[in-house]
Amino acid sequence: MNYFGDPSIWLPWTFAALMGLSILIYVVLDGFDLGVGLLMPLADEDEKDRLVASIGPFWDANETWLVLAVGLLLVAFPPAHGTILTALYLPVFVMLVGLILRGVSFEMRAKAPIAQKPVWNAAFFVGSLMASLSQGFMLGMYIMGLTWTLPHVAFELLTAIFLTVGYSFIGSAWLIWKTEGQLQIRALGWAKGGIWGLVMGIGAISLATPFVSTRIFDKWFSWPEFAYLSPLPIISGALVIFLWWQLARLPLLNDRWSWTPFAAATALFTFAYGGLAYSFYPYVVPEKITIYEAASAPESLFIILIGTLFVLPAILGYTILSYYIFRGKATALRYD
Amino acid sequence: MDTLLLSRIQFGANISFHILFPTITIALGWMLLFFKLRFSATGDRKWMDAYMFWVKVFALSFAMGVVSGITMSFQFGTNWPGFMETVGNVAGPLLAYEIMTAFFLEAVFLGIMLFGASRVKSWVHTLATFLVAFGTTMSTFWIIVLNSWMHTPQGYELIDGVVHATNWFEIVFNPSMPYRFVHMMLASGLTVAFLFAGISALRMLWGDRGEDVKSAFRVGVIAGAGLIPLQILAGDFHGLNTLEYQPAKVAAMEGNWETGPNVPLVLFAIPDEEARENRFEIAIPNGASLILTHKADGVVPGLNDFVADDGEILHPRVAPVFFSFRIMVGVGMAMLLLSWSGLALLRRYGAGDIPKLPLYTFCAMSFSGWIATLAGWYTTEIGRQPWLVQGVLATKDAVSDVPAAMVLSTLIGYLIVYAVLILAYIGVITYLALKATRSEPYSTRNYPRRGEARVAALQPGE
Repeated sequence: MNYFGDPSIWLPWTFAALMGLSILIYVVLDGFDLGVGLLMPLADEDEKDRLVASIGPFWDANETWLVLAVGLLLVAFPPAHGTILTALYLPVFVMLVGLILRGVSFEMRAKAPIAQKPVWNAAFFVGSLMASLSQGFMLGMYIMGLTWTLPHVAFELLTAIFLTVGYSFIGSAWLIWKTEGQLQIRALGWAKGGIWGLVMGIGAISLATPFVSTRIFDKWFSWPEFAYLSPLPIISGALVIFLWWQLARLPLLNDRWSWTPFAAATALFTFAYGGLAYSFYPYVVPEKITIYEAASAPESLFIILIGTLFVLPAILGYTILSYYIFRGKATALRYD
Repeated sequence: MDTLLLSRIQFGANISFHILFPTITIALGWMLLFFKLRFSATGDRKWMDAYMFWVKVFALSFAMGVVSGITMSFQFGTNWPGFMETVGNVAGPLLAYEIMTAFFLEAVFLGIMLFGASRVKSWVHTLATFLVAFGTTMSTFWIIVLNSWMHTPQGYELIDGVVHATNWFEIVFNPSMPYRFVHMMLASGLTVAFLFAGISALRMLWGDRGEDVKSAFRVGVIAGAGLIPLQILAGDFHGLNTLEYQPAKVAAMEGNWETGPNVPLVLFAIPDEEARENRFEIAIPNGASLILTHKADGVVPGLNDFVADDGEILHPRVAPVFFSFRIMVGVGMAMLLLSWSGLALLRRYGAGDIPKLPLYTFCAMSFSGWIATLAGWYTTEIGRQPWLVQGVLATKDAVSDVPAAMVLSTLIGYLIVYAVLILAYIGVITYLALKATRSEPYSTRNYPRRGEARVAALQPGE
């Protein structure tokens, strides 16, 4: 097959890749700021401000990756967008209310009368919790083929909890990088308490996914695919061991290596996500609709692609610029 | 109630809640840039004080806009799967361009605009402020393009019931787009103008006579007085455009049942769809004909033309369109009256000594822009019914088959959240005004500000 000849082949593939990339970026970036929200109840009053300050300049843009991901699903695979989102109607509602509560309380906690601050802090936590749990639940539903049956719901509740703890882990890893002193030491403790969520979440999904369909099972456990894929679990295992080791010995003099837990957590998320993507390709609605069946007309995809080629590098560029400007340890959020 | 009506109410509730905040941020972004540039040009600290107060309102409004906007992007799929399946080839690229050229721009540079003043050079901060304002305007442009195309679609062909784009220039510059874009930008400008005037009036009533408050009041009144005539003109042009492309909507707006010449301008009535006539009508003879055709005997379309032979109604429900239109126009007239009186008062008394009664009136009108904007959107969107995309896709064919109970329960959830948040939003803006009134202006507080401390450290000799 000539991949670069037939636009009805390579355009859907490109858009699936772009959508996959934005979901991954979303999961890592909003993962850490949702995670920081989940840690709020564990922090004392002064630390709470520092927690929020560590994500202040970034969270708006982080959530935009979700809009891009759902936007790409909407524009590139319209029938899949409808099928998936109507099936996920309730968890999507919970997530949206969570994201609304979170975003609003982020501003309100600093601007409303001081007496209301505990209420908005609580809303910030509850919003983060609703968003994380529902995203984990949706992940489980997607793996299980978007159906509501009792064993499936049990699995989905598990993925909801694991993803939430996983987010709190990457949130603590972010804090280890962006804070110092007593708070950094506490963040190390939170990370140690949260790493099991990440490990068990990845473990449960890795174990369950191959048994959802024989097609996925064969993709993983036939020769020689098995050999090509074996580095994935091996590297992931090594990353977990590395994390355990780093969490035990940090912090080091001059704050050396404080960025490594976040980098390792990002790598773990990426590998787990890559495995999922491999399992489900070429389906966009699991076992029902492939990306090629669901794709919009090539001429519409093409006009988006042209823009994407110019705009996406610019987006990545100024996103990196923003992280560069706010590099170093988080300082108090002030407008002047 | 069925899924269709509940879904319409839910979408209407979500988009109404959402549009409140962009309506503020679109123009407020440019106003903040104006304050920043005035400060750079004159060195007068009142501009920085005004900037520092209104940037808080901006940050809060922006956050509300972002999170309620995320809801919108999911609602297409959860409630209206038929929309993207039918017109996705046109709507998709427009939404994609909105996300890529606007959302990321505004969200990333917002971080730098809000929290980066002490970390970047002043011109970079001004540039970030400009990019945020530019991003909100780009966002308005793309979404108005899509919305206008839904009213006046062109540049497409139907293949097997699915819309395929044939001419992107025609799609983007569809007939109602320029009118709708200008109308919305002016609506945002007016909303912010009256918010400036209203909140500043509130601070004056509380005894704040700061230069920044007076300047913000002056800017609000002058912007309001300058923009409202333009808006009335733009609205008139938009109405003529609607007459050409969506006559049923104009018939509902005017409450006119029979097509004919010498149609009166109905000031008030209660349209009765059962009897197909107006009750308690108060009207100006020939008024509608004059406004819409500029001739007393000009022919104005009537609603009875939009009833099929089998009795199926092909025009929108009359009462909601009729009343929202009158609310919009009524608020517009109140804005005209108040802002021009405000100009006269400014000339006579100066911003510091405006009598209390006008100040109270400005306070009461603080959020009048919201009411007019919502009423205007209801007019045009309900006026498009029973179509979702005029002549292409009926609303009832796009709705999802989610059970009505599920739509109802989530609708109640959204409404509760939205009611609490709107009250909290207005409450916090009032509280910020109170706090600013009671504390010393930003520029004369004597602790070192981060930006200045850094500049001083870098230039010890000066």
